[in-house]
This record gives sequence, structure tokens and C-alpha cells, in this order.
Amino acid sequence: MHEASVAQELINVICQEARKQAAKPVVARISCGELNGLNDEVFSFAFEAIAQGTVCEGMSLEVEHKPIQARCRACERTFDLNRSELQCTHCHGEDFELLPDAPLVLEEIEFEKE
Amino acid sequence: MEKVNVGKRILGANEQYAHKNSELLSRRKQLCLNLISSPGSGKTTTLVRTITDLSDQLRIGVIEGDLRTDIDAQRVRATKAPAIQIETEGACHLSARQVNKALSRLPLDALDMIFIENVGNLVCPSAFELGEDGKIVLLPVTEGDDKPAKYPGIFAKSKALLVNKIDLLASGLVDFDLERVKTDARRLNQDIEIFPVSARTGDGMDQWYDWLKSQVQKAHA
Repeated sequence: MHEASVAQELINVICQEARKQAAKPVVARISCGELNGLNDEVFSFAFEAIAQGTVCEGMSLEVEHKPIQARCRACERTFDLNRSELQCTHCHGEDFELLPDAPLVLEEIEFEKE
Repeated sequence: MEKVNVGKRILGANEQYAHKNSELLSRRKQLCLNLISSPGSGKTTTLVRTITDLSDQLRIGVIEGDLRTDIDAQRVRATKAPAIQIETEGACHLSARQVNKALSRLPLDALDMIFIENVGNLVCPSAFELGEDGKIVLLPVTEGDDKPAKYPGIFAKSKALLVNKIDLLASGLVDFDLERVKTDARRLNQDIEIFPVSARTGDGMDQWYDWLKSQVQKAHA
């Protein structure tokens, strides 16, 4: 349930941006790597609960999950790792290294226009 | 509607504290390892045994994370090692800010290295950097050999894997394929060091100690 901590941090960042824009935020788009293990349903629920009474109340969230990327040591190409296959999608080699997981990023906010 | 590009890291505040911790520790050339596992995997038992067995070689300090109680810090303090307990009051992971405060309460000058024992949880702690040099994941044989496949995040991010409670394998009561764990963990992380151990009997602990001492030396260099 680290979704609650992430939601709290996200709300802090959105509130800062909303003060800068002096506008009501309506939609937030975030991206996160697959290894973050963020569950969308739990995350939305936590966000909704924590947003109550803040400028974020009633906002909708869109989460883009970025696949784990790996680099094949045989053909040296990078590929999106399929967890049920665990092999290079180009040459089917099994010797690869994982690249750093994409961080949790608040990409974009849509604000209500006056 | 007006779209605004933000591009901000959501856990930026945590990452700032993690950076502070990492700077503090690297300035002091102290190794810091973040111990992660499910509850009941033997994190505290492993720490207590490690501190005791290496008492004349390494001065170890501990930051303990739990939802409630300071039971674990007390167990560590019984070895004479300094331990700071963080009670997260329900939070499923430690944050870098909590660790920053705890570091200021440890007698750093009198230590060679620091262990952070995270809250028992195989998922959440792996998402929060604390400023450590590396994560150590513990997997007891009672948890089953499918865990690297099911919880890839922590195995992909860890420097070492301690497969604990291997003394139970001889009983024949636990189905656990050690080779499967090694293969799956190395597929996610080719560089991961794997130590099958029993913190209770001491089996396999010497290899873990050798590696630990080499890591402390690296940090000191």
C-alpha cells in the first residue's frame, strides 16, 4: 500500500502547480515504471481519499505504465521485457540486463479555464 | 481546459532526502545497506547474528523500521550495537526523511557501517530510495521458490539475496527449489550475489560475512 504515500506526494506537487497557475486542476497524467508496482485501483482510491478538502478533490488520474526495458548482451539491442518470456524479443537470447525502471513522473495537468 | 507540462518526479521530496543521506554517508565513507523482506523472514535474526559474529571486526549500527513497537531495536541493542527504532505507525515502508533523522541520532563516528532494516514488506520498500549503497533482499525457504518471478522489483534492484532458513530444507517438510530461485533471480539481475544461509544455525553465513566485509572495504577506499 505505498500507493497512499505516492498519492500524498502527488497531491503536494499538484497543489504547488495549482497555486502557480491559480486554477483548478482537473486531470493529472502520470507515468511510472512497471517495477514500481503501483496498482491503479488502489492508487485512485488513495488519491480520492487524500484529495478531499484540497484543490485536487474530484480530479481524475491517468496512469501510463512504462514496461521494463532490458538490453540484450548478445545482440546489444534494447527491448521491452515480457515477464512471462524473459528473453530478448529480437534474438531470443536469455542473457540480458535490466535497465533502470522509469521513475514516477507527473507529466501533465489539465486546468479548468476561467 | 488548459494543459500544462509538468515533468516533475512525484517522489522528488523523498529523493532529495535520499541524496542527502547518500552524501553524508559517502563523505564519511560508511557503507549503508537496506534490508528488505516480508515479515518473519529473519531480518532481525540475521542482523543480530551478523553483528555478534563480526563484533571484533565490524562496528555496525542499525536503523530499525516497524509499524509499531521497538522490539527489534531492543534485540539489536542486546548485542551492544547502537539501534534507532523508527515506528512508521502504519506506513508500509521507510522514507528517506525518517532515515535522515535516525542517522543524526546514531553515533556515526563509532561505526564502520549501517544496516537499515526496512518494514517487513516485499513490495513497497523497493520503491523508496533511502540513500543506501545497496538493497539486500531476504527470502526464507518457507515463502516458496516462485518469489523472484512474482515480485521482480526487489530482486532486480538488490545487490545480494540471502536465501534464509536453509536448515529447514533437510527436514523434507518444505518444497523449495534453490536452483529455480537462483536462475529466476539472475535472469532479473545478473549481478546479484546469492547466499543460501541459516541465520539460526549459522550455515552459509561465512560467505555472507566475506562479501559484507569486502563491501565495507570498498566504501572505505
